[in-house]
Amino acid sequence: MTNFSKTATRSTSIAADGAKSDAASRIVPALFAIAFGLFLFVGTGFAAPSLIHNATHDTRHSLGLPCH
Amino acid sequence: MFKTIILSAFGAGLAVGIALSVVQAVTTEPLILHAETFESAEPAPAAAAAPHEHSTTEAHAHEAAAPAAAAPAHEHDEDAWSPADGFERSAYTLIANLLMGVGVSAVLLGLMSIRGGRIDASTGVLWGVAGFFAASLLPSLGLSPELPGTAAAEITSRQVWWLSTAAASAIGLALIVFGRSWLLKVAGLVLGVLPHVIGAPVPPTLEASYPAGLGGEFVAASLVVSALLWALSGLCSGWLYQRLSRSA
Repeated sequence: MTNFSKTATRSTSIAADGAKSDAASRIVPALFAIAFGLFLFVGTGFAAPSLIHNATHDTRHSLGLPCH
Repeated sequence: MFKTIILSAFGAGLAVGIALSVVQAVTTEPLILHAETFESAEPAPAAAAAPHEHSTTEAHAHEAAAPAAAAPAHEHDEDAWSPADGFERSAYTLIANLLMGVGVSAVLLGLMSIRGGRIDASTGVLWGVAGFFAASLLPSLGLSPELPGTAAAEITSRQVWWLSTAAASAIGLALIVFGRSWLLKVAGLVLGVLPHVIGAPVPPTLEASYPAGLGGEFVAASLVVSALLWALSGLCSGWLYQRLSRSA
């Protein structure tokens, strides 16, 4: 959490008004959530190692993701 | 807020992963297992092709082409660990579905937060349907869902095309829906169409080891499963987020 608020503070110092600082404190955690979500999605659906591929094989096929 | 998003994403992912596994068990999974019976029986198609009573030169051409066509289906690393059929395989599929549900929910909640405004079950399901459109339906136009045993282009090129197409479709869709000027909306449309103009990696052959009807059934089943993943993730995560942020 410290990290996010630090980044948020840095962004807000650039912001000119209250509305913008509100947007920054909303956007930074949202971007972290998106990065986390994409990491899981790509890790499960696209990771190359055979072990991960074999464990997630049926899910990849079921969801129409490119598989082997 | 990050905590609320992550908690909602995990809660939604749990529900979505279980629901997805149940639906897959009666839709896509039987088709995958059915297709694998043909895949493991290979090189049946090549052997079946040879006895055709064509002229000798043509028969030779068939024989020469068949092994090359069958080869891409055999890219499994035989030495690597894989879950045993039955319970173990289903358990790993359930885990993968849970991770997909959490991932998709986190992405949707993140995007809804950036957009601002109300986050609840009804806005969530709309975002989920949009996500399905961008990250499943549009990419499937170039790379349709494949059963095991489908000949296809090199894996990395397909993954790159799929991810780029999903990203371009998502940005394109956002520009069309949220763009304030016609110029932005047109740019969004161009961006959405562009990957299909460039074209997806082409498979070496359209022949498959399984019957064509099985492939058709699978495409429909797979798209329904994907739609469920995205719509249900949006619905559950939006609902949970609203409840958790109200109590926080």
